[in-house]
Amino acid sequence: MVKKTEMNPKSKLREIGLNLVNYIKKGENPFLDIPIRALSNVIFDPHTNLIKMGDKTAKRYLFNVAHIRKFVQTIDAAAISKRLLEENKHVSLRQVYYMMKGTLSGSGVEVVSDGDEGQTESNKAVEDLELITGLTREQLNINAKKLGSVAGKVIIEDGGDTIDWSKQGSGGWSVPSNVENIKFKKVNAKFVLYMEKDAIWERLNEDKVWNKLDCVIIASQGQATRGIRRLLQRMSDELRLPIYVLADFDPWGFYIYSVLKFGSIALSHISDRLAIPKAHYLGLTADDVEKYELTKYVIKFKDVDIKRLKEVSEYEWFKNRKEWQRQFQLMNKIKGKVELDALVTKGVSFISEKYIPEKIKSVDVLN
Amino acid sequence: MTEQTVIAEELAKQLRAVSVAEFFEKNRHLLGYENPTKALITIVKEFTDNALDAAEEARILPDIKVVVKEVAPDRFKVRVEDNGPGIVEEKLPLAFGKLLYGSKFHRLKMSRGTQGLGASGGILYAQLTTGRPAKIISSTGKEIHEIELMIDVSKNEPKIISHKEEKNPNKWHGIKIEVEAEGRYIEGKQSILEYLKQTAMSNPYAKIVYDGPNGKVEFERAVKELPPLPKEIKPHPYGVEIGLLRRMLEITNARNLIGFLTGDFSRVGRSSALQICKLAKLDCNKKPNELTHGEIELLHKAMQMVKLIGPPTDCLSPLGEKLLEEGLKKETKAEFVVAVTRSPTVYRGNPFLVEVCLGFGGELPQDQTAQLFRFANKVPLLYHAGDCATTEAVIETDWRRYGFSQSSGQLPQGQLAILIHFASVWVPYTSEGKQAIASYPEIVKEIKLALQEAGRKLATYVRHKNIERERALRQNLFERYLPEVSAALSEISETPRNSIEINLKKILNKGKVIESVKEEGIEDGEENRNESEE
Repeated sequence: MVKKTEMNPKSKLREIGLNLVNYIKKGENPFLDIPIRALSNVIFDPHTNLIKMGDKTAKRYLFNVAHIRKFVQTIDAAAISKRLLEENKHVSLRQVYYMMKGTLSGSGVEVVSDGDEGQTESNKAVEDLELITGLTREQLNINAKKLGSVAGKVIIEDGGDTIDWSKQGSGGWSVPSNVENIKFKKVNAKFVLYMEKDAIWERLNEDKVWNKLDCVIIASQGQATRGIRRLLQRMSDELRLPIYVLADFDPWGFYIYSVLKFGSIALSHISDRLAIPKAHYLGLTADDVEKYELTKYVIKFKDVDIKRLKEVSEYEWFKNRKEWQRQFQLMNKIKGKVELDALVTKGVSFISEKYIPEKIKSVDVLN
Repeated sequence: MTEQTVIAEELAKQLRAVSVAEFFEKNRHLLGYENPTKALITIVKEFTDNALDAAEEARILPDIKVVVKEVAPDRFKVRVEDNGPGIVEEKLPLAFGKLLYGSKFHRLKMSRGTQGLGASGGILYAQLTTGRPAKIISSTGKEIHEIELMIDVSKNEPKIISHKEEKNPNKWHGIKIEVEAEGRYIEGKQSILEYLKQTAMSNPYAKIVYDGPNGKVEFERAVKELPPLPKEIKPHPYGVEIGLLRRMLEITNARNLIGFLTGDFSRVGRSSALQICKLAKLDCNKKPNELTHGEIELLHKAMQMVKLIGPPTDCLSPLGEKLLEEGLKKETKAEFVVAVTRSPTVYRGNPFLVEVCLGFGGELPQDQTAQLFRFANKVPLLYHAGDCATTEAVIETDWRRYGFSQSSGQLPQGQLAILIHFASVWVPYTSEGKQAIASYPEIVKEIKLALQEAGRKLATYVRHKNIERERALRQNLFERYLPEVSAALSEISETPRNSIEINLKKILNKGKVIESVKEEGIEDGEENRNESEE
């Protein structure tokens, strides 16, 4: 289990550096101990309902042909963060990539690859640094892009500015990378609707669902970012608002819910800061497909979908959930997926006027 | 070619007359004269093989000179000179002017030529393409004879155009033969130069000077001892083809079958001979030359059925590991060579042995397919590599075990030269052109065993070299990253960059860290693909 750091980030980084320097002084091959981020190293805690990181680590050596590049990437990330903390400035993950590309020594040696591959490498280096230090990247003065759209009957304060989520027009408010300093000023919402798809959010926003049903609607466009997950968690914990997840009827949709509720494998070390154990699944189920006569809109599974379904259904956190196992079995029978967008066949605003209100009213959710 | 010639001459009298021109024209492709390029190589090859055989048999260290000059477009003068024993005046015309006349055809002995087709074939080709006679200068140490001869193609008889005799104050001995023939000259993989280079490789006790159209090349003598002279043996019944059996029956001195079988074959005693006759249902007192075609077939069959011990194998003369290593090293400039000479063994009644030599590193080309040098009775094989037992054996050997890369069904890759020498009293060529060895299972197996043995010896060296090279690569990789590592660590730890860099260099120079281990599972699991960026 990764320990949370109490030390201030600068000192923590210095301690890691001194440790490596000491190895080098003694003439030993310096290494970093990095917790393994893989399914093989996560544990599901049934009491907290959270995915936690195990204690398996891998040693990353400097003098090892297979390790050296990653080693350099990791300590470069540490040096960049240290510099930012000293200058009290923040940069984006993209900028970290450019800083590594430019090299700290000016030697021009290739620290990261070109383009997307290099971006992935520098992102992973930052993630590894988080694991080694027990600090989040925001604490290390590295931010992700702000993302997603929010609208709803809530007023917040962020960096001295007051923001009314009900007055964000058609685009909504974007969630920053770091939401720790956001204060909830006035809350007139009774629940939160989270969805992955922008198109659904735009439908709900145009229909002013958040006004009619007194709620907040949040979209992430893809897998939820840490900022969005942390914001949802705070609304669940601090405001006691129920969080409903709207997703497609397919293994990937189910997994979006899984990440929000139980935590993810890659970020299992900070599940307690991101996961929302009280989240409810409000997305399409096999029963909905039947009830709303969506059978003819089934998109046939490809091999990769079938494989993913099997994987998801075998995750430990789904194993003892009968309702979910029933859905997996039914999905396996249907051998296909159904998107929320298919509800448009019942009427453009069917989802806003019928589907969501009815499901919430009858508490037709999965947990 | 001395006392053997006498017997051979007698034997040749009994040969049926053949229309030589017809025979030659029909078999041009089999004899190596199917195109002008190959014809030129074949002429050089036949003359040189004879020169080497002659000197070696007389226990003389061969000194060979080969001259090839273009005298007109697509017309070449070819001259080969040796320091062998020479041929006596009376035998000169027959030795060069009659096809299928030779000292080697009716005996089983490891030698380069066998059929009496070589030199006269070259002369005939020259005569057919340019109409010019061959010039032959010979001396046994006494006077020097210079003759010009042509072949009467209808009679298969030599025709002397001129004959000069000169004094020989220096007691020179040897043969100089010169012809003018149509041809095309090339240099490259299948060329006169390559043939001579490989000949120098398998005959490191010979000095060969080549004066070609593009200048002189000398192949120096690397060792001063000749390999032991091969012994002549009688054929073993298991190895006799029916055609040869028929000819042996015609020319034998034995008066009856039992005498023929015991006298003209090896490993056949009286009781085995009687058994063969009984199996063939033949009268053992029958005259050998009175057998009918059907009876010969029965005899041949019976000879394969009776149980006999294998032929003697001491008749073979390998080059030996030392000569092979010297030869390969000299011509390829390999850094490391290792040779293996196997003990003789038998295929179909014919004794044979395999020797191989592997060369590695040095001036051999890097990252290419291994070079394969094939030899049969010390003669390089330049063509039809794909059909050859040697190629098959190389492909079937697992070279990855010895530190080379190899895709299945392919020759290995790397700085590697493979020399394979197949020595036998009877080389099973796939055709009369004598360019590829037939893939008898016993032969392929024996070559593979030799390659494996040599491969194992080489592997230790290759591995050591590979480790050294990888070490250097690693060292280089580490060195490149040290400035960046020092700069980053200096910033994190707030200690001077210089001292970190010095200490890192110390670790690197100690060398221990350069042997590195593989990374343990630090890669993120596949499960994470859905969470690329959060």
